[in-house]
Amino acid sequence: MNFDLTDDQKMLRDTAAAFAKKESPVARKRKMMASEAGFDRDVWRQMGELGWLGILFPEAVGGYGGTMVDAALVLEQFAATLVPEPYLASAVLAGTAVLAAGDAEQQRRWLEPLCAGDSVVALAWAERDGRFDPTAVTTVAERAGGDWTLAGQKVWVLAGHAADVLIVSARCPDGIALFSVDRGADGLTVRPVQTMDGNRAAMVRLDGVRVADDRRLGDPGEAAERALATALDWAAAGACAEGVGVCQAVLDMTVDYLKTREQFGVKIGAFQALQHRAVDMFIETELCRSHAIEAAIRCSDGSDPDVRAGAVSAAKVQLATGGKFVSQQGIQLHGGIAITEEHDIGLYFKRMHVLNTLFGDEEHHVARFAALPSFVEGIEA
Amino acid sequence: MDLSFTREHIAFRDEVRAWIQQAMPPAIRAKAAVGASFDMDEVMQWHRILYEKGWVAPHWPKEYGGTGWDATRRFLFREELEMSGAPNLSPFGLSMVGPLLIQFGSDAQKARFLPKILSGEEVWCQGYSEPNAGSDLASLQCRADDDGAGHFVVNGQKTWTTYAQYADWIFCLVRTDSSGKKQEGISFLLIDMKSPGVEVRPMLTIAGTPAFCETFFDNVVVPKENLVGPLHGGWTLAKALLGHERTLIAAVGDSRRMIRKVKRIAARTMAGGRRLLDDPGYRARIARLEVKLRGLQMANYRALAGAQLGRAPGPESSILKIRGSEILQEAYVLAMEVMGHNSLSWFNEPGVVSDEEQPVAPGFNYARATTIYGGTNEIQRNVIAKLILGLPTR
Ligand SMILES: Cc1cc2nc3c(=O)[nH]c(=O)nc-3n(C[C@H](O)[C@H](O)[C@H](O)COP(=O)(O)OP(=O)(O)OC[C@H]3O[C@@H](n4cnc5c(N)ncnc54)[C@H](O)[C@@H]3O)c2cc1C
Ligand SMILES: Cc1cc2nc3c(=O)[nH]c(=O)nc-3n(C[C@H](O)[C@H](O)[C@H](O)COP(=O)(O)OP(=O)(O)OC[C@H]3O[C@@H](n4cnc5c(N)ncnc54)[C@H](O)[C@@H]3O)c2cc1C
Repeated sequence: MNFDLTDDQKMLRDTAAAFAKKESPVARKRKMMASEAGFDRDVWRQMGELGWLGILFPEAVGGYGGTMVDAALVLEQFAATLVPEPYLASAVLAGTAVLAAGDAEQQRRWLEPLCAGDSVVALAWAERDGRFDPTAVTTVAERAGGDWTLAGQKVWVLAGHAADVLIVSARCPDGIALFSVDRGADGLTVRPVQTMDGNRAAMVRLDGVRVADDRRLGDPGEAAERALATALDWAAAGACAEGVGVCQAVLDMTVDYLKTREQFGVKIGAFQALQHRAVDMFIETELCRSHAIEAAIRCSDGSDPDVRAGAVSAAKVQLATGGKFVSQQGIQLHGGIAITEEHDIGLYFKRMHVLNTLFGDEEHHVARFAALPSFVEGIEA
Repeated sequence: MDLSFTREHIAFRDEVRAWIQQAMPPAIRAKAAVGASFDMDEVMQWHRILYEKGWVAPHWPKEYGGTGWDATRRFLFREELEMSGAPNLSPFGLSMVGPLLIQFGSDAQKARFLPKILSGEEVWCQGYSEPNAGSDLASLQCRADDDGAGHFVVNGQKTWTTYAQYADWIFCLVRTDSSGKKQEGISFLLIDMKSPGVEVRPMLTIAGTPAFCETFFDNVVVPKENLVGPLHGGWTLAKALLGHERTLIAAVGDSRRMIRKVKRIAARTMAGGRRLLDDPGYRARIARLEVKLRGLQMANYRALAGAQLGRAPGPESSILKIRGSEILQEAYVLAMEVMGHNSLSWFNEPGVVSDEEQPVAPGFNYARATTIYGGTNEIQRNVIAKLILGLPTR
């Protein structure tokens, strides 16, 4: 058992941290929030050049051949200053779906430009009445000669507003399958929407969008469902890593505030009620970290999908309880200033809500955890 | 990063597991299977079995009778013991005064005391707390005066002295000077419980079982060679010992066993025609607690991985006591709720409720102690606020 980072991982973490601090302070996040896209294509390309976008993908497609632990390190550092580029949405969620579902040629076709930062890929999996279930798919794919036509609606497609390629789940005659759809396709309507954290997503409509057969990724049915489950687990693990960065940032800001803010003639950090609250924030942050590490490792070490799901759901539940506590207390302990738009603490609070909701919220993951076979192992009835 | 144990460590764990199963005497095994509590005779019987195997003090240096195991083996060993339900050995000799003597004791003290701690021939208890010195331990008043003839004469009272009624020796914090700062006049003294003037009054705990006592000292004569460390220099030792004590309390294995038991009881309890374990509400609550335990276990592993590399415990270890004690309490609360009416049972004959349910209610009561002893969780939070977060004092 070993939790030490390799030299390469330390370098990766340090360069990502330096980038976040120097090149992308929260001021840039604010600027991007006010822009149409919400992020900067040039920075996306720069991230591609630095190898960050390809961390999870094999060298054969221009990737770095890394693990979820590597990606988690980057995400945690990005979270410290709320780097606005859609790393989690595209370089983790959508990219992983392509990797898990596509054949070698398909992987090369859509991952190479993603790794290089030349393209943004989005995964359109969620539907209005599906809540967090990726198999609740009503979008249909029908044969049209040698091609397919897609019809249906997808909601809250992260980075969908800027995506050059959308990976869409749809139901074929033999089960769910993933299709890649180009941005300009006829019959595709992409309506940009804002999310609470200042990012962008899209509501997507497909009205008889025609796609060629070689745009169906891999096999339909079980294989596609497995690929979706993998992508969502990896993204959830990524969200947990980002959540650790958010917790740490909120904790640091709050402890600083407690050390400087004076009321009743003393630094408020001297009040024991607040000290104990800060300690509980620290405890929850450390537990989020422990869980996130386990989730990242289980995504990458070839574990059985149930083992992976157990670690990911546990981490997501901890983030939902602990991360919520940390971000809420961060606001409370800052007092009135926290409620202003100028103060950064609110941005972290909002991002935490988004991370907790994406890829399954607290109740969803509690239920999933409790339904795993391991939950009743050794319990003879 | 890697979460797997090496093949050697897994083989070690399997060996330990198998040995524990065959080494437990049948009476102890029967109690362990249902999580019943053990009396002192059974604890000491198990102590001697571990001693004969050479496994009674894995955390001691090899030259004093330890095993020489690496940190991972020590951890795995403890986890297996906790999971087995075997009696918890009394910690006062093995985990408190033993390590302290190894660190601070004279050669004569080590030779006199360590072998008998190991063998279990001499049982120890801890004389720290007093009626007016609990969290504020340095306010203690129990006095040791120099009689000018090579002895201390001890007068005063200790309280909550766990297992004093069974103990041969007590390690005490005593006041040897009242002139300066209160921490500066404290000394660390070993007292023979059979000395004239030592009186022990057992108290029942809210678990309905005897555990702790009031201990009185009336002109008790103690030879000076029983002073450990420098005169008036006991506070450093006191703190070192609390460090040893706190690392014991994460109790991951105890909580894991308890959660498993909650599930087993829930699987046998019917309500509205279905197993309580299949009730989504209860199931979710059990799952949430298991998730918490899993986080604690990972934090424990992280601390362990650091220890394995010889690193001082990092921030992750300071959460172990607080969170571990809270989780164990929650597990008992959940067990009681799952039991419904059966949770009302209090020391009834076997058969009134199942053997597995029988010990839950006393355990539920006693588990309240985990957030109090070894430094209350409030005090732990004060320490973290100051030492880790650097928050100001008033
Ligand atoms: C939306 C909003 C609208 C408002 N509208 C008005 C308005 O119309 N008019 C107006 O006059 N004011 C208004 N206020 C101000 C409000 O009353 C103050 O924000 C509030 O009293 C807290 O003061 P503070 O923000 O300076 O926080 P601080 O006093 O700096 O407190 C920071 C943190 O420290 C804690 N703290 C401080 N002292 C202690 C202590 N002794 N013991 C324990 N904890 C302590 C606080 O509880 C808080 O968590 C408004 C505030 C908000 C958020
Ligand atoms: C089952 C059991 C076994 C024990 N065994 C032993 C033993 O063998 N030997 C021994 O020496 N001692 C033993 N103890 C004593 C134990 O260490 C003390 O109970 C503990 O240190 C708390 O002291 P107290 O009981 O005097 O509570 P107090 O110190 O009076 O505390 C009362 C409450 O006030 C809180 N409090 C006190 N000071 C502060 C502060 N500064 N900030 C915030 N909150 C504060 C505490 O957290 C607690 O909630 C045992 C206790 C129990 C319950």
